[in-house]
Formats: sequence, structure tokens, C-alpha cells
Amino acid sequence: MSAPETQMTEMLVTKAESRNLNFYYGEFRALKNINMPVHERKVTALIGPSGCGKSTFLRCFNRMHDLYPGNRYEGEIVLQPDNTNLLARSVDPIEVRMRIGMVFQKPNPFPKSIFENVAYGLRVRGERSRRRIEDKVEQALNDAALWDEVKDRLHQPAYNLSGGQQQRLCIARALATDPELLLFDEPTSALDPIATASIEELMHDLKERVTILIVTHNMQQAARVSDFTAYMYLGDLIEFGVTDELFIKPKMKQTEDYITGRFG
Amino acid sequence: MKDLKQQIRSRKRWDAIFALCGLLALMLGVLTFAALFVDMAVDGFARLSWDFFTSYPSRRAGQAGILSAWVGSTLVMITTAFFAVPLGVAAGVYLEEYAAKNWVTDVIEINITNLAGVPSIVYGLLALGLFVYQFGFGQSILSAGLTLALLILPVVIVATREAIRSIPQAIREGSYALGATQWQTVRYHILPYSLAGILTGVIIGMARAIGETAPIITIGALTFIAFLPPSPLKAEPPFLSFEWLMSPFTVMPIQMFNWTSRPEAAFLTNAAAAGFVLVFMTLAMNGLAIWLRYRLRRNIKW
Repeated sequence: MSAPETQMTEMLVTKAESRNLNFYYGEFRALKNINMPVHERKVTALIGPSGCGKSTFLRCFNRMHDLYPGNRYEGEIVLQPDNTNLLARSVDPIEVRMRIGMVFQKPNPFPKSIFENVAYGLRVRGERSRRRIEDKVEQALNDAALWDEVKDRLHQPAYNLSGGQQQRLCIARALATDPELLLFDEPTSALDPIATASIEELMHDLKERVTILIVTHNMQQAARVSDFTAYMYLGDLIEFGVTDELFIKPKMKQTEDYITGRFG
Repeated sequence: MKDLKQQIRSRKRWDAIFALCGLLALMLGVLTFAALFVDMAVDGFARLSWDFFTSYPSRRAGQAGILSAWVGSTLVMITTAFFAVPLGVAAGVYLEEYAAKNWVTDVIEINITNLAGVPSIVYGLLALGLFVYQFGFGQSILSAGLTLALLILPVVIVATREAIRSIPQAIREGSYALGATQWQTVRYHILPYSLAGILTGVIIGMARAIGETAPIITIGALTFIAFLPPSPLKAEPPFLSFEWLMSPFTVMPIQMFNWTSRPEAAFLTNAAAAGFVLVFMTLAMNGLAIWLRYRLRRNIKW
């Protein structure tokens, strides 16, 4: 891990930015005026107590809320470099999800073979070339540090894998379509400590090439894996900053109370 | 300590009482069916021979068979499945995956549930007016197949919806998160994973339809048929023929009904034998449903 000073001297490029974002579940305002950047090729962690809106915020980035009736966005999430407002009515949520991948809390492989799980995103995009699909699947499984464990049983059901392997398979599935931004929604909360460590290590390698936004209820995890951290509480963004600084000397009293365990 | 044991024993007595009542209730149903089935088998078994399956009905009980009845039943079932499965599955998928959750959908849902409770004779009357006369299909296999398709449509829709509902939301979200459209999600996930449940529902619906008598009589199936519908296969191109769809026909339950209304005892034996075959057909269909469900669910876990 590099020291905070060296991090700050690096050029930061904004990959996405939330501007005056409000989100409503029906009448309930779950997010209140969130303004926050997500920096390119960095890991940004969202922390906060249950019900603070961190998952809700994460799921705005790939318009997951569009799947359910009665949800409403206000404000913008702008994706760079093309300055597209992901929440605009004119932007198809399918286009958003083709650019932004997601890994869920509980591993959710499809009840198909390991190969078909990873190939699915490509098939959805209309890729027909067997060779291109095979190459991409191998590459994605390599990137997700799973290839060596599964290369001899690609056509077996994904459900034969362990929980940690399943989660890495889901990461490979998301990576196969080269997302610009990868969302992780508490990806290790259903996993044991060893599987958790392997996912964290993987995230560290992945940020070389993809921007990561992760929700975690585990503060140690946020401290270990992220470059930037946002602390949220009851739909408000309380504090956003470089992870090391936020954890060592938070600016807000509320943040300090939460990370020191006096609250939450 | 003693009190505690005493108290547990007295509470557990109710466990035993309920278990006994439940067992009795179960046995009442099972034994009644078994008694009926055995009685029918004993009465009719003597008549079960190759000839019985390959002979047309006859005035002489000893020579009468069920050829036109089982062929008719089979063809009507094929027609029923052909119409009920695509319509029912499409409607079920639409209601679960596409329809907005509003009061219109609620009204449709309630109506579908109600349709399952409409007496089958009402379907027969509807079909008589609509298929037989209005559309001019006449007293044909097509009319009968369409009628029974309507009859089991609610069963297929409900089975489809139940099967779809058992698919975890996480699977849908996983698919959509990769940029899939609704149709891609249905095509690659919803339909394959709910197939076992849908097939089970379809077969259970068909097992009900094969025993239906009232609506088939209403549309005018004949009770005495001494010929077969035209063959669906032809020697000359295009090799397939659908003339059989417009052919008059009879089905198993009608043949039985006809025989039971005869005065001679020998015909009652024929009816019992035909009943045995019909029950066997139904049980075979249910067995197929169980086997399919087992086969298809083997590879699906969540």
C-alpha cells in the first residue's frame, strides 16, 4: 500500500460523478442530495450502518431500481469520458448495464455450466463466434483468479463450486464483457474469511484496469481494499475522502463515532 | 422434574391424536380409490386383451373394443396440448415477467383463478356455440381439442406462474445486470428453469382433460364410431395431413358412458375394462410428470 501523500500526487481522473442525486422508493426519500466522485482505477468504498442507503446508492449506478415499480431518481450520475447521465430518461438502462458490471451480495451463478455462466454476457451481446467466446471466457476466468481451479471442468454445473469460487465466477462473468465500472454489493458477506481474503486480493489486482465501487458493512474491509471511502448515514453522504485519512483523522464527528465503534 | 415429564406427556398426547386423525383422513381417500380401482380391475380384467384395443365398438359385447375411443382420446389430447401449452405458458410468462403490477393485472389474475372453477359443461356450451357453429368446425376433433384446451388453460397458466415465481430474484438481477433484455432473460433463464414446473402442470391438466365427458358430449361427440379418423401420415408428399382434425370422433369416457347405459351385463364388463385403461392412462401421465420433474430439476439448484 502506498502512503496517502503519494496517492494524492497521482493524477486523479473522474470515472463517474453523482450530482445532487436523490432517490425515492415511492414516497420515501432514500438518498438525499448525494454529490460524490468515483475515481478511475481506484477502489471506492461505501460504508455506513444498515439502512443508510449505501446499497441503494450503488444500485443507482446500473439502474437496478428500474426493475421495480414506484422507484424514482432525481439528479444525475455522469459517466466519463463521454459525459453521459446514466439516470437520464433517454438513456436505456440496458446500455448502462452493458457498460457497468455488478457483483451481488450472495453469489448468484446461473444454474448452468461454468463456461455458460461466463459466456452469458457475450451471448446477450450477440457474439456468435465460438472461438472469440472461448478466448474471452478463459481470459475472464484468469482475471478472476479462477482459471486454474476450473479449467478441467468448464462444462460442469457452476453449483458444484464452493461459495468463494462461485463469487469469483460471478466476478469473471461481469469481467467477460469488459465493464468500465464494476459494482460490488457486499461481495464477501456470505463468504468465510479465507474466501473473503481471496476476493479482496482479487479486487486489489483488478483496479489496475477497472474502476471499482464497493459497498461493505465491514470497516476493516473498506480500510484494506479501498483508496477512497464514503460514509453514509440515513440517506446522507456524511463524509467522503481518501481512505487512510478518513479512518485516521475523520473530519466529521459522526464519521469518527461510527469508525471508532461508538455508534452503529 | 416429575411434573415436567408429566406435562410433556400430556401435551404430546395431542400429537398422537392429530397424527391418528390425519392418517385416518388420508386412508379414507386412498382406500376409497384403491377399492374402486380394484373393483374395476376385477370386473374388467377378463376383457383386457389385444383384441379389446384393436376392435371397434359392436352390438355384441364380446366383440366390442375401444380402438376408436383410445385413438380419439389420443388425438384430442394432442390437439389440446398443441393449443393450451403455448397459450398458457405465454400468458403465464407475461403475467409474471412483463405485466405492470396494477389493478388491471389483479382483475385478470382473479378471473383466471375463477376460470379454473367454472363447471366444464359451461365450456361445452361455449364451445358448441363458438367452435361448432360460429367457426364451423363441426363436431370434430378440432372442436373437442379447443374446448379442452380452454378448460385446462387456467391450470397451465397457474402452473407456469407458480414455477416462475419459484425462481429467485437474484437470478433475474444477475441476468439484467449483464445487460440482458427482458426477452433474453425469459428465453435463457425463466423458461428453462421453470420448465419442470410447467410440464408438471400441463400434464396434470391433461390428465384432467382426458377424463372429461360433459363438454365433449355437449359439442356432439358420437357415441358409436366404427371407423378411425384419416391418418395424419400420407404415402405421397407432403406426407402430413390434417384431415383428421375435422373428423368425427369418440373418446374413452364417452365409450364407457355408452356401455354403462346398456342393459346387458356384458357391456358393464367392457365399461370396467375401458375404465381400467383410462385410469391407467391418467396414472401413466402423472408418472411421466413426476419423472420429468425429477429429471429436469436435477441440474437446477439455488
